[in-house]
Amino acid sequence: MKKLLIALVMLLPSLAFASGGGANLLHAPIDPTDKASLQNGAKLFMNYCSGCHDTSYQRYNRVAKDLDIPKELMMENLVFTGAKFGDLMFNSVEDKQGSKWFGGTPPDLTLVARSRGTDWVYTYLKSFYADPERPFGVNNLLFKDVGMPHVLQDLQGLPTLVQEKDEHGHVTSQKIITDSSGEMDSEEFDLAVRDITNFLNYAGEPSKLERESLGKWVLGFLFFFFILCYFLKKEYWRDVH
Amino acid sequence: MITNLVNWIDKRIPMTEAFNKHVGQYPAPVNFNFWYFFGSLAMLVLVNQILTGIWLTMNYTPSGEEAFRSVEYIMRDIEYGWLLRYMHSSGASAFFVVVYLHMLRGMMYGSYQKPRELLWLFGMFIFLVLMAEGFMGYLLPWGNMSFWGAQVIISLFGAIPVIGDDLTLWIRGDYVISGATLNRFFALHVIALPLVLVILVFLHIVALHEVGSNNPEGIEIKKPKGSIAEEEKSKFKFHKSYTDKYDIVDAVPFHPYYSVKDIMGVVGFLFVFCYVIFFAPEGGGYFLEKPNFEPANALKTPEHIAPVWYFGPFYTILRVIPDKLIGAGAMFGAIVMLFLLPWFDRGTVKSVRYRSLAHKINLIQFCVCFAVLGVLGTLPSGPIANLLGTITSIGYFGFFIALWFYSKNEKTKPVPERISH
Repeated sequence: MKKLLIALVMLLPSLAFASGGGANLLHAPIDPTDKASLQNGAKLFMNYCSGCHDTSYQRYNRVAKDLDIPKELMMENLVFTGAKFGDLMFNSVEDKQGSKWFGGTPPDLTLVARSRGTDWVYTYLKSFYADPERPFGVNNLLFKDVGMPHVLQDLQGLPTLVQEKDEHGHVTSQKIITDSSGEMDSEEFDLAVRDITNFLNYAGEPSKLERESLGKWVLGFLFFFFILCYFLKKEYWRDVH
Repeated sequence: MITNLVNWIDKRIPMTEAFNKHVGQYPAPVNFNFWYFFGSLAMLVLVNQILTGIWLTMNYTPSGEEAFRSVEYIMRDIEYGWLLRYMHSSGASAFFVVVYLHMLRGMMYGSYQKPRELLWLFGMFIFLVLMAEGFMGYLLPWGNMSFWGAQVIISLFGAIPVIGDDLTLWIRGDYVISGATLNRFFALHVIALPLVLVILVFLHIVALHEVGSNNPEGIEIKKPKGSIAEEEKSKFKFHKSYTDKYDIVDAVPFHPYYSVKDIMGVVGFLFVFCYVIFFAPEGGGYFLEKPNFEPANALKTPEHIAPVWYFGPFYTILRVIPDKLIGAGAMFGAIVMLFLLPWFDRGTVKSVRYRSLAHKINLIQFCVCFAVLGVLGTLPSGPIANLLGTITSIGYFGFFIALWFYSKNEKTKPVPERISH
């Protein structure tokens, strides 16, 4: 039964959205406490990604509150679908429409930083390169034959893959080189990608900062309470030993 | 006022009497060590699971369409929903940590031996129900690993000849894992199994209090009536249901001596538990697995389907045997062996402290094999993993077989009459 299902999966064209992996991941230098980075990440995400990708487990008003974005600013600049402030962050693309355009529904990205990790997201966004054989003219080193265009091309320009091969045709080293047709130089682009990753990391678990700050108080309390319990036990047991 | 109320109740149900018999005047051996914390901790985790479970149920939607979304709703839109969810998900892992250590304690000090066989059996049934509870609970978030993990385990029943296929269909309620499966697992997870669990825990404690607690020395604290001189007896007041039948030595009343000690254990445990909840709720991908942050998808198999860590040892035993039916039989057999432990051990000396070198080595090799099997269960299979898995599986079963042979005429050390303290 399991083998049959796996065989079925192999035959499906939706493989465009199957996972990559195996490549070396870059370290994502994110800082979840950096509000400016998160705000910029939200802006970039809403402008470049949210057209096709939902982040439908989170709500606009929660993002605005957590990232210190005023309601008016949020509604005017970051909500493109006519949604209300308290709505879930769905995009305006119908799933069927998305399937027709990309060969599969673009996945919801609310939890992508938790399912794949922030390093993966960061590396993925920096791994697009020109490949004329693909429908959108680009491929991705981390996610081979990915079914989406290079949406950050306006910012990065069109990168090319440069590979060095040995005499047997094995790739010995490879790197991605950007042309200068984008709005950003490569350092600025790295920061932009970092900010998007930072935002997605926040979106994956919005309560993380609260969790960790509460955790310090809880552990602190338990530590002192333990000392108290230790001496209480010692006092009671004095007449036994 | 309070006294009047207590008197009023005591005339109607034996409240004070029951408290004294089981708590205030219950004789507990004086020499409990670190390993004796885990029983009360298991109780604590059970209460944690029930309470957080009730509140999670208030906001969880058991349907194929809504389950995954409702978990994220709890994580984001419910006040402290994330805390409830992490307490429950980490609690599941904590439950198994505590129960495995509790079982190891029983094995080290011979707490399964006569007259505690039934106590051990109730404990084993608790372990069995706990595994079912963990397995069914793991489907409820309806993540992709939930789905595929359940798919693999339920398909095992398909290996049973003749009825296999019909049986899997009956368990799933559908031809694939679906909303129908989710709904029945939800019903079993929140009502049926917890009810059974609570009843079994009650019976476990009734059995414990009937035969009395064992201790690290494996020396009974209940001596035949009249065999102990008055000044040698424990100076504490114990309930007459114990002192009428026995002379009690080297014991203290459970309350307040072990209640204050257990509170210390509880706070120490909570420190570790809360560290996980607040700083590492995913447990490095072992408590909450990464593919489970994607919704269940019948068309997308995770790269590596691994059961949650606490099923690891049994999953490895299943996996190293190429034949599915024999593999499933061996996995089931591994648990049956534990059930039968009181009868595999034909010795009369309880504590490992006074048993032979052979027994010490056997127990250590069992622990090593169990741990290695557990680690292998979370890793992908391969030739080396399979070889190691086969060796440790043999070690696992070998423990019981060897025990049966050497325990009959084991060279043990002389056991003292009394606990020295």
